[in-house]
Amino acid sequence: MSQDLGLWTVPLAVIGGAIRVSTPFLFVSLGETITERAGRINLGLEGTLVFGAMAAYATAVVTGSPWAGVAAAGAAGAGFGLLHGLICSLPRVNDVAVGIALMLFGIGLAFFLGKPFIQPSAPPLPAIPFGFWSDLPQVQAALRVNVLFLVGAALSVALWWAFRHTKAGLVVRVVGDSAEAARAMGYSVTRVRVLATMAGGVLAGIGGAYLSLYYPGSWNEGISSGQGLMAVALVIFARWNPLACFGAALLFGGAGALGPALQSVGVSSGYYLFYAAPYVLTLGLLVATSSPDRALAGAPGELGLSR
Amino acid sequence: MTKTDLTRRHLLGGAAALGLAGLPGRVRAAGPLTVGFVYVGPKDDYGYNQAHAVAAKALKGLAGVEVVEEERVPETNAVEKTMESMINLDGAGLLFPTSFGYFNPFVIAAAKKYPKVQFRHCGGLWTEKDPKNAGSYFGYIAQGQYLNGIVAGHTTKSKKIGFVAAKPIPQVLNNVNAFLLGAQSVDPAITCQVIFTGEWSLAVKEAEATNALIDGGADVITCHVDSPKVTVETAARRGAFVCGYHVDQSPLAPQKYLTGAEWDWLPIYKGFVADVQAGRSPPNFLRGGLADGFVKMSAYGPAVSDGARRNADAVKAEMMKGGYEIIKGPLKDNAGKEVIAAGKGLPEKALELESTNYLVAGVRGAV
Repeated sequence: MSQDLGLWTVPLAVIGGAIRVSTPFLFVSLGETITERAGRINLGLEGTLVFGAMAAYATAVVTGSPWAGVAAAGAAGAGFGLLHGLICSLPRVNDVAVGIALMLFGIGLAFFLGKPFIQPSAPPLPAIPFGFWSDLPQVQAALRVNVLFLVGAALSVALWWAFRHTKAGLVVRVVGDSAEAARAMGYSVTRVRVLATMAGGVLAGIGGAYLSLYYPGSWNEGISSGQGLMAVALVIFARWNPLACFGAALLFGGAGALGPALQSVGVSSGYYLFYAAPYVLTLGLLVATSSPDRALAGAPGELGLSR
Repeated sequence: MTKTDLTRRHLLGGAAALGLAGLPGRVRAAGPLTVGFVYVGPKDDYGYNQAHAVAAKALKGLAGVEVVEEERVPETNAVEKTMESMINLDGAGLLFPTSFGYFNPFVIAAAKKYPKVQFRHCGGLWTEKDPKNAGSYFGYIAQGQYLNGIVAGHTTKSKKIGFVAAKPIPQVLNNVNAFLLGAQSVDPAITCQVIFTGEWSLAVKEAEATNALIDGGADVITCHVDSPKVTVETAARRGAFVCGYHVDQSPLAPQKYLTGAEWDWLPIYKGFVADVQAGRSPPNFLRGGLADGFVKMSAYGPAVSDGARRNADAVKAEMMKGGYEIIKGPLKDNAGKEVIAAGKGLPEKALELESTNYLVAGVRGAV
């Protein structure tokens, strides 16, 4: 059936893993980039991701359409984003604390509502077989690319362009860099931030839909294992740049596939260390790219952590 | 209403007085027995917790038994709090903390604190030095994995089979070893690749491990994680065959599901409950396999050949007699060290199986 590829399995698995695992990271980090560029932090995206996964799965089970599931996840994410945005618009509310509260709320609500949907099977999202040219089943499997991955990739380019060249993108950045300047120009800071948080929620919800409807492709209570939190941290690592978010998401996805792939070719000692590879990588890159002169280049001026 | 309230209060008061007085020998006898179940994950996980919850549900139908359950209790002092509230608020007289990591130190500590309550922990960890009101029960499900292995051995074309494992503890290693030895009883050239995910439930890592096994050439996959759902679905989507674990997963992959090793906890729980209701202390250390009815097999899937069915059924009939030796000398581990000498063997109730720390020759992987 399949040939023995020996050590070639490892790079192939890392590429395949990067494509398979990165999508939730990508969507959540793009969403968080929009939110943070507007000057607000939403730590609750882990909750939105889990709730999105549940909403998508439940909707797909009930309607039989995975795309209806994606739409439901996006709508649920918008709801959570709106809630976060409105609460944080009240005076003297800490967005970090609200985010943590909403994260726990989202996870808890998803577990509660998702109970009846652990057992049924939902129709998965379609994938495009880009590996058709190869006879190797391993290559074919690695290059089965889900549509949402392509949407995410296109979105990261579009957002990168939009932050530079469109009015909406520039308005978000002004609000995020200096609320006073935005007010002086006649923009409603609150409105822009609420909308940006909602947009972030929509993307995180769709990231959740990918988890439950494509990879690993089922709903259970351990589905996210903290990917939403990692993605929020990834935004800092990517310096609030949507293109860098794409790269960072691929890196994290690929690094996550490294541990199992190494075990499959016989490098089996110290797998706990290999599983820590994504985090070691992050630390290393942050140290390597840090600057002694200025803190966190690219950080929006209004953001809590750089103020 | 008032009357029931009073009775209930009297009962609780009576039970508490019994506890305070410290009457020796007898466990709370009067009134319905409340049995508490603690699960580490959701009780409908297509896996380990579901296997227990199915038995717990069946207990609810018994006369004089009340069942309280709590799911998603982590292996931390949270389980101690859960057990205490089951004892103090629900009046539980018999507790089943079902996850491996609950035992030491949490079950031991609770058993010392509540000497009148019976604790039976799932896993073979209880020893003579532990409190007498605690105990262990476990099924030797490696027999099921051996039968899985026989069917896998007949089905594999690549002569490579794969195992997604959570943590390298003795019960997991027994299953990996049995799966391969079963397959090798069909064809000694078969090897088994094992990948450890490091946790009982990590959906993405389990999916990655399954993909890595299949990329490495394995065409029959089984697993020992809390919820095999992700592994079964991922493997079936990739076109590999699967052997189930914990409960029947055939609805998840009707065409690719070969057979599966399942728990049957109900006989154990019924026995324990009957003991406590009769005022006896249930056994402290109870283990058994297919012959004792603690383990059963899923029905064969459509892809299982007639030869495989006959072979597996014949071995199963041998196992049903009791005393079947899966680990039989001469046998070496995968580092070349002898684990058991020629002429010796370990039947399913051998104590040595609770401390397995090796993978047999032919398993690719390390503890």
